[in-house]
Amino acid sequence: MKLGFFLKEALRSMRRNPIPSFAAMASVLVTLLVLGVFIPVVQATTGAANEVRDKVALEVYLKPDVTDAQIQRVRDRLVNETEHVESVRFVSKEEAYKRESKRNPEAYELLGSNPLPDSFRITPDDPDNIQAIRNALAPMTPSGERTVVDPAIDEVKNRKEETDKILTATHVVKLAMGVLCGLLIVASALLVSNTIRLSLFSRRREVEVMKLVGATDSFIRWPFVLEGVILGCLGGVLAILLLAVGKIAFVDPLAEDFALISAPETMSLPLLALLLMLAAIVVSALGSGLSLRRFLKV
Amino acid sequence: MAALEQSSRVAAAPRRERPTPQVPVVELRHVTKRYEGGDVGLDDCSLAISRGEFVFIVGHSGSGKSTLMRLLMKETEPTEGIVRVAGRDLRDIGRRKVPYYRRNIGMVFQDFKLLPNRTVYDNVAYALQVTGSSRREIRTKVPDILRLTGLSTKLHNYPDQLSGGEQQRVAIARAFVNHPPLLLADEPTGNLDPETSIGIMQLLYRINRTGSTVIVATHDVAMVDKMRRRVIELQRGRVVRDQAAARYSGGEPNTAELGAILKEHLEL
Repeated sequence: MKLGFFLKEALRSMRRNPIPSFAAMASVLVTLLVLGVFIPVVQATTGAANEVRDKVALEVYLKPDVTDAQIQRVRDRLVNETEHVESVRFVSKEEAYKRESKRNPEAYELLGSNPLPDSFRITPDDPDNIQAIRNALAPMTPSGERTVVDPAIDEVKNRKEETDKILTATHVVKLAMGVLCGLLIVASALLVSNTIRLSLFSRRREVEVMKLVGATDSFIRWPFVLEGVILGCLGGVLAILLLAVGKIAFVDPLAEDFALISAPETMSLPLLALLLMLAAIVVSALGSGLSLRRFLKV
Repeated sequence: MAALEQSSRVAAAPRRERPTPQVPVVELRHVTKRYEGGDVGLDDCSLAISRGEFVFIVGHSGSGKSTLMRLLMKETEPTEGIVRVAGRDLRDIGRRKVPYYRRNIGMVFQDFKLLPNRTVYDNVAYALQVTGSSRREIRTKVPDILRLTGLSTKLHNYPDQLSGGEQQRVAIARAFVNHPPLLLADEPTGNLDPETSIGIMQLLYRINRTGSTVIVATHDVAMVDKMRRRVIELQRGRVVRDQAAARYSGGEPNTAELGAILKEHLEL
């Protein structure tokens, strides 16, 4: 009986105040649309940044005349005794020659023989740890030069400049996206709560009268909260429908043509929809409940 | 001890002609209400109103009539003194209990204070819904009270489709649908023409006849003179006259009152 009554009250007030109700719903709708577009964009961007970071690797070049036993020893050392190593791949002289000659056939034709050494390509567990690995394999001497921990190793190299650039660039991208996302969420919460507050403000006299007739706070509050939830749901459903239409109509055909767009992992649409819906309901219910508190103090 | 205090207070009240019954419905003892900023709403005001009385509170604007009403509704707290309603000290009613207290008091306002988004029927029904009445109860009580107030044909109109007098009738119906023992009316005819006012007063009088105590704050001279009920006059928050079956103005002012009036005029 009571829930039915509150629901009826909420529907009545929506029917009798169509414009504020529409404004509240529209602000939820717009906010969720922006968030719904922005969240996958952020994910795609950080995904792309991470992919670039994963290309960062460390090369361990071996001396030209190493034996198989020495190669095995270095591999064991890399795999078992060095921290932060994600994976190790052996690149033999022949393999390196094949790859490089493909890239620059004329120069290698001129050379005739294979000048390239055997090497290991190490992928770190986190690109930020690449210097740690390098220091472990080739510690600095007090004089500022590098030695190697195994006589079979000739040199440990990463493309320093490139690595640094990639690392700072991806850091900046990730940070910027995070800040933008945070700002957007704050702005959304403010927008929705302001709209709700405005529509409640126009009805504070109504609340006052209800209190004078002897209505308890919760008796007044529940219809308002329910109204907020209903409007939030409506806005959420509309936003999700629009997002789905947008995805099917624009993003999916594009993704088929350009690998770029589909490449990074993004949240699936149902999960995104669920999250947005939840946010809409929580924000509008909390918004109306909290905003009402001020007017209840009669 | 309390009785002694009461009798001495009665003796001190000016021109008191009516003996005080044992348990007053409304009792104020040395109540002072100062608002922030120094305005005085009530100043050491003491009065008692017993069950079934019909009382006019009269006085100029700012004399404290509305403050008295608001104190009785527990909309504000007195700065000093005790307000008792049906023997209960209002200070003992906690914030959460206020709604339940208010359900025992019918309230009628100058500006009607109807809910604009509800029909006449729903406005009256709301007063029952807040008390958790059953649907069946609402369906029988609301048409009854609306018939009594002469609104049977306007059940499904919204307040803005009614005249002022009709809106006030709705407000009275809402105030009385719970049959409260106490009905407060703050300038109920302030926005109405004299003819409509008579109808409203008759309605209040009829409610009084059913046993409810009715307190009407007004400065409608014609109405008070016609009804000849108990009149309590406030001036600057003090009770300056408490007279049974009285007129709006207390006839010839006595010397002290004349002095007070003169002083007021000289100050202004």
